[in-house]
Amino acid sequence: MAAVSLRDVRKSYTKDLQVIHGVSMEIADGEFIVILGPSGCGKSTLLRMVAGLETITAGEIAIGDRVVNNLEPKDRDIAMVFQNYALYPHMSVYDNMAYGLRIRGFAREKIEERVQRAAEILELKKFLDRKPRALSGGQRQRVAMGRAIVREPQVFLFDEPLSNLDAKLRVQMRGELQALHRRLGTTSLFVTHDQVEAMTLAQRMIVMNAGRAEQIGAPLEVYARPATTFVAGFIGSPPMNLIPRDGRLMGVRPEHLEPCGESEAMLSIEVDLIEPLGADTLVYGHIGDREGTRVAARLHASVDARTGRLPLRYAPGQVHWFEPASGRRIEA
Amino acid sequence: MVENRPWLTFLSHAVLIAGVIVVAFPLYVTFVASTHTLDDILSVPMPLLPGDRLWENYAQVLTAGTTKGVTSPVGRMMLNSLVMAVVIALGKIAISIIASFAIVYFRFRLRMFFFWMIFVTLMLPVEVRIIPTFKVVADLHMINSYVGLTVPLIASATATFLFRQFFLTVPDELAEAARVDGAGPMRFFRDVLLPLAGTSIAALFVIQFIYGWNQYLWPLLITTEESMYTSVIGIKRMIATGDALTEWNLVMATAMLALLPPALVVLLMQKWFVKGLVETEK
Repeated sequence: MAAVSLRDVRKSYTKDLQVIHGVSMEIADGEFIVILGPSGCGKSTLLRMVAGLETITAGEIAIGDRVVNNLEPKDRDIAMVFQNYALYPHMSVYDNMAYGLRIRGFAREKIEERVQRAAEILELKKFLDRKPRALSGGQRQRVAMGRAIVREPQVFLFDEPLSNLDAKLRVQMRGELQALHRRLGTTSLFVTHDQVEAMTLAQRMIVMNAGRAEQIGAPLEVYARPATTFVAGFIGSPPMNLIPRDGRLMGVRPEHLEPCGESEAMLSIEVDLIEPLGADTLVYGHIGDREGTRVAARLHASVDARTGRLPLRYAPGQVHWFEPASGRRIEA
Repeated sequence: MVENRPWLTFLSHAVLIAGVIVVAFPLYVTFVASTHTLDDILSVPMPLLPGDRLWENYAQVLTAGTTKGVTSPVGRMMLNSLVMAVVIALGKIAISIIASFAIVYFRFRLRMFFFWMIFVTLMLPVEVRIIPTFKVVADLHMINSYVGLTVPLIASATATFLFRQFFLTVPDELAEAARVDGAGPMRFFRDVLLPLAGTSIAALFVIQFIYGWNQYLWPLLITTEESMYTSVIGIKRMIATGDALTEWNLVMATAMLALLPPALVVLLMQKWFVKGLVETEK
């Protein structure tokens, strides 16, 4: 296991097309880091640069105390799990997991031992002789992880590994991933566009937008103190409301809004959409006329939500302020 | 169709049977002719039932060819045909799979230029470039040799193109996974691409085997010694011109023999062949 350092890492394909604009981060040994961002923000590219599948235009990536910029993927001591699993279709589950070890010249008994242990952890023992096409999506996903585990690498790299699974399986695999990390304690980088995955898996996360790291921090810290309007709008479902006020942007989370009497109202909206979710009810509306800022509020299920005027209040301590031009957070 | 319409059933069967007769009758006549003496088949009308000379005729051509014109055994010719067909088929597959591997998986200068050059040669059949090719082969003293028979026909744009299309359907992640696993390019080629291409290779083998076996113009030019004739050329040379009498019974026996290996290859590899053309295992 090893720490990973990204030092002002940049990537450009041509002079004018730069996709990563200098990302720096120190990842501690054994940390689980999630790289979160919308599609096209460069998160996968960043991961592939760590893997060695993309060249690094400028900056440095170090794994442990080795700068790996010019090393082939096989020499970086990493293992990667791909979104579509990338299992070798003509090899059995056992061979899929053993392939990397065979190439590295491990002894037969050693390979057997490691594959059996990984199969044990991932509950794949029954399937070792099967071909990938005879497995379900979740099982294939496990084989892909098994292939990474048997290598016992310094770093695990996950490229949206759960996005091809159905919703229920995704939740289950999320739990298994967490358990796996607790058990093995290997430094992990996990790319996703799914904020729930990011919030639940990450020890720290890095929120990316258009090739830049908007914010790096622990999930709850990022949620509680978003550094930019992008982060505020990207994390949380529905996202933080951003309301122009006194030449600045006021951010308030939907769950921090509560209905109140007309006299206490700090904000009132015209509700035009109601989504009852069971535990709570989401109401959406706009301030003033139809073109006004849209606002979402998460109300307790007991509130009888109706369309029409709804007065709302919030605790002043729950409010965030942002600079409208730069989108940067203004510290209170 | 599940409709019960007797006339339609009758009609469709009649059409199908007529089709079978049109295709199969010449073959049948060939077979019948190969089992009679020459006098029998030259009589009018020609017999339409198999005669009693099957064994004699086939033994004669296999071991000694015809009694006049071509006197070398057809067995030897079939061996030549076999060598030619197998070398061409395997050579084409080997060269084109490596060529398309290079074109798809490596970034080198003028890569697309080379690809299009290969592709353009698709439009030039053997016949168009036959004079210069013959000149080159003759100058290299490759006339009447297996090398001369096979090498000029080995390069194949069709197969290169087919393998390229196949490689393009293999997900990039597979190559990347192999790279992370530590497999170099040739190892990836051997361990992953070759097994995946298995059915395509089988399909191509069938097509190219028949292509090689049925070559006519090229072996006609390049072989002047009887010992190097392929079976197709053997048949051509057995048909006497001028005053000589063609031994049609022996020609027909040779034709039947020449027909067998391609038919066998298709029959035996049919399952793989169809699989390779319609599905890719991924």
